Amino acid sequence: MSAAPAAAVAPREHYLNIDYGIRSWLLTTDHKRIAILYMISITVMFFIGGIFATLIRLELMTPAGDLVTSDTYNKLFTMHGIVMVFFFLIPSVPAVIGNFVLPMMVGARDMAFPKINLLSWYMYVIGAVITLYCIIIGGVDTGWTFYTPFSTTYSNTYVFGSIVGILFAGFSSIFTGLNFIATIHKLRAPGLTWRRMQLFLWSHYATAVIMILGTPVVAISLILVAVERVWHVGIFNPALGGDPVLFQHLFWFYSHPAVYIMVLPAMGVVSELVTTFSRKRVFGYEFIAAASIAIAVFGFLVWGHHMFVAGISVYSALLFSIMSYLVAIPSAIKVFNWTATLYKGAISYRTPMLYAFGFIGLFTIGGLTGLFLAALGVDIHVTDTYFVVAHFHYIMVGGTVMAYLGAIHYWWPKMFGRMYPEGWAKISAATIFVGFNVTFFPQFLLGYVGMPRRYHAYAPEFQVLNVMSTAGASILAVGYLLPLIYLIWSLRYGEIAPANPWGSTGLEWQTTSPPPTHNFEETPVVSEEAYAYDKHPEMEFVA
Amino acid sequence: MLETPYRDLDQQRETATLGMFVFLLTELMMFGGLFCSYLVYRTLYFPAFQEGSRHMDLTIGAVNTAVLICSSLTMAFGVQAAQKGLNRTTVSFLLVTMLFGITFLVLKGVEYHAHWQAHEVPGAGFLAHAAGVDPNKLQLFFSLYFLMTGLHALHMLIGLGLVTWITIEAYKGRYTEAYHNPVENVGLYWHFVDIVWIYLFPLLYLISRTHL
Repeated sequence: MSAAPAAAVAPREHYLNIDYGIRSWLLTTDHKRIAILYMISITVMFFIGGIFATLIRLELMTPAGDLVTSDTYNKLFTMHGIVMVFFFLIPSVPAVIGNFVLPMMVGARDMAFPKINLLSWYMYVIGAVITLYCIIIGGVDTGWTFYTPFSTTYSNTYVFGSIVGILFAGFSSIFTGLNFIATIHKLRAPGLTWRRMQLFLWSHYATAVIMILGTPVVAISLILVAVERVWHVGIFNPALGGDPVLFQHLFWFYSHPAVYIMVLPAMGVVSELVTTFSRKRVFGYEFIAAASIAIAVFGFLVWGHHMFVAGISVYSALLFSIMSYLVAIPSAIKVFNWTATLYKGAISYRTPMLYAFGFIGLFTIGGLTGLFLAALGVDIHVTDTYFVVAHFHYIMVGGTVMAYLGAIHYWWPKMFGRMYPEGWAKISAATIFVGFNVTFFPQFLLGYVGMPRRYHAYAPEFQVLNVMSTAGASILAVGYLLPLIYLIWSLRYGEIAPANPWGSTGLEWQTTSPPPTHNFEETPVVSEEAYAYDKHPEMEFVA
Repeated sequence: MLETPYRDLDQQRETATLGMFVFLLTELMMFGGLFCSYLVYRTLYFPAFQEGSRHMDLTIGAVNTAVLICSSLTMAFGVQAAQKGLNRTTVSFLLVTMLFGITFLVLKGVEYHAHWQAHEVPGAGFLAHAAGVDPNKLQLFFSLYFLMTGLHALHMLIGLGLVTWITIEAYKGRYTEAYHNPVENVGLYWHFVDIVWIYLFPLLYLISRTHL
């Protein structure tokens, strides 16, 4: 360490140190700074949603409803769902990781519409503030699904305000999707053809298509709920001539594809992690890319599987069941291709790779139990039980949150120019994996033997598994708090990161860490396909 | 004029146009949800919706359709003028477009007022009825009518705001043969809102009106 010459050289200018003023953050149009703003906001929301989850698990320690009243419990699971789905999971990978790396992966200086990108963050913040305000003044108890006529007629909680908050979040999601599509179509660097794009870009493109086509439909259906609630007209209320099943159709037309908004970007992350940490070209590039698009397309045709017991016709139920099976095919293609990529790879078990392994295993369990639910007979047996709860938590937490954390660790050196502490990171990755499984696996068993969801009290024979689940949740909480602490610590005390610590061929790594405001000193020219590790033996780990 | 992320004006124009089309897809899906609900209920409650159509003012509806089609024509002329860099001509055509737009909204207001006086506005004051028709279902027709035309009118208002903005820019002489994409994109938006009405008019006013 020779300190003397370094002091003489002026520190390199990058997007973080170019300006420190509060205005330079709040009025920034730099996609990297907007990503950081998003990261801070969704982290706050994640821990708020986590508090609700903690209270739910504490209540379920004992069979009697002794910690909170049933009304409070209804509010807890509703607000846990709303905060986590709309304000954490949907923006998680796209708005934070996608915002940060997507323009760099296409070799662009910024998103196609930087001001709309900033507007997207403001929309998110306005929505989050309105929703938090509703939570503070009393909460909402309809479930995150806002089923009618309960939400429009009978609930005495702050339904209207929550809907307004979610509408704002929806617009923020639409603006993000708009930017992704325009950026990928029009701002790719010279030589970066569609077939040379990193798979992260393909999966974000597919995500953006869902954001663009699905979000406006949930917006209009929630507007209809709000209108019915405020003016007492019968749009969905059967007593006034409306049809509550129509609401479910409109709601799930978005909210099922929304699951793919949550998981497709996560899949993109895993494609990057698996290739980088096994030093190999991805197995079946075209298939993984096409699978992303196929998931987006098929994902729009399966919403009816949420309504098998809602009185839809047996023929449409049959078709929705078949379509739900079909959507498993592209998902399975991805899992098999990632696994095949590992074969004979030089695998290194760094933290991001541990999260990628976690994703693959947990997503597979979540996906396979999804097939149980797509089967008409089994679905009727386990509808509205903890089996469903466990299934979607394996996808959303086991899938998306694992991939999000993997992505945070993987791109942390690029974002802040510091390495995270590897030892602590591995411990927390392992803690999260164990905690997650102890929390949610018992819920499969509980659901299968008939414990219904959304009740604050339950039959005494379910207690053992519920206590296990609560114990697991406390392990999980430790696992989530650790990264919060050591990542903040690393901002100041972490090792200085090199430009490309993982020796990745990804375009986003071919600039300095942290990158300058305009990302690249000169526009990169791409001359080969993605993940060409076989052509670049010189690319090595330097961290 | 050339914003940060672009290499040149061509790239900027292409990107902006693509962005506008993608945004219009979003709008299409939003109206699509409403249209879908309308069609479902229309099929379920055909007599009530037929009765509802008979409560529509066909004359004002037809005139408004003509007004909007004319406004799309003048908007198209305005875009043409802007593409050639003729700012003065652009301003004139945009002003005429705005005039048509305002006419539409005024006529729509007259129609709403008539519905109000006839107690056809959903809610506590709703009194419209007809023999053999469930008043709740008739009210459902009017709820959807006000929502669909109301959302459309809101888009007209936003459109008028956007046209005002590009008119001022054109008045300042901002547009050239190389740079005119704001006019093109506002034009796209305007045409889209126009097309929504082209579907609303027959769906709400015309079909099955005289069918027995």
